[in-house]
Amino acid sequence: MSIAAGVKEILGKSLQIDADGNLVNLQDWDEEIAGEIAKEEGIEVLTEDHWKVINFMRKVYSDTGDAPSIRKLTMQSGVDTKLLYALFPKGPAKKAARIAGLPKPKGCI
Amino acid sequence: MSEENTYEPIKKVSIIVSKGSLEGVYPGLIMANGARMEGIEANLFFTFFGMEAIINKKMDHLKVATVGNPAMHMPTLLGSLPGMSALATHMMGKEMEKIDIPPVREFIQMIHDAGCNIYACKASVDMFHLKKEDFCEEVDDVITVGEFYETSAGANIIFT
Repeated sequence: MSIAAGVKEILGKSLQIDADGNLVNLQDWDEEIAGEIAKEEGIEVLTEDHWKVINFMRKVYSDTGDAPSIRKLTMQSGVDTKLLYALFPKGPAKKAARIAGLPKPKGCI
Repeated sequence: MSEENTYEPIKKVSIIVSKGSLEGVYPGLIMANGARMEGIEANLFFTFFGMEAIINKKMDHLKVATVGNPAMHMPTLLGSLPGMSALATHMMGKEMEKIDIPPVREFIQMIHDAGCNIYACKASVDMFHLKKEDFCEEVDDVITVGEFYETSAGANIIFT
């Protein structure tokens, strides 16, 4: 869990965010909030494939304490590298983590 | 990342890989992949022995150099024994797998799928008498140094 650096209004709720703008508390997140964060990131509608990635990330985070690497994402989430970049243009790991209500991934790959 | 700064974020990088040892190739690959992960446009340019990383017959057999590298902390005579380089390569490969760094071929494919263009250097290709068919399919083109600079317009150039 990261340290709160500010507060953000999403759907009328005041939610704590860290220095990167990601949610601090896992339990603040729900699917509606994910949809709102996605819009801020320029993704109007979260499709089934987006959800595959988001759910996989949340699962890995709850198991390991860190978001998965791009390699793990593309090998295990059911979404390949090309599709991953198409779904989350301009930085898939970081964007998907933010939408999934997780801190920025720590790994380099 | 909370400090205020007025610097422009990096938008585009051109990464040159010029060395053919395993430890010479990986930094460039990691930086190219990392750039794409951050949404930074990236081009990878392989020159001289760096081309070993994209030559079909060689890219699965890159080795760590155990001689001439003081950071290995291995006496030169020991490092020169048969099998030492293979052993060091094997050990490094195991450590890399642990932190999810893929083998060269898989990494090149992943980087290319991530939208990074991959080029071989024309001068090196001519010097080593290579053809486009000698390279893995991810290689987009063989280009001259002039074309490399054209492609790199607006980019930061990183030489490894």
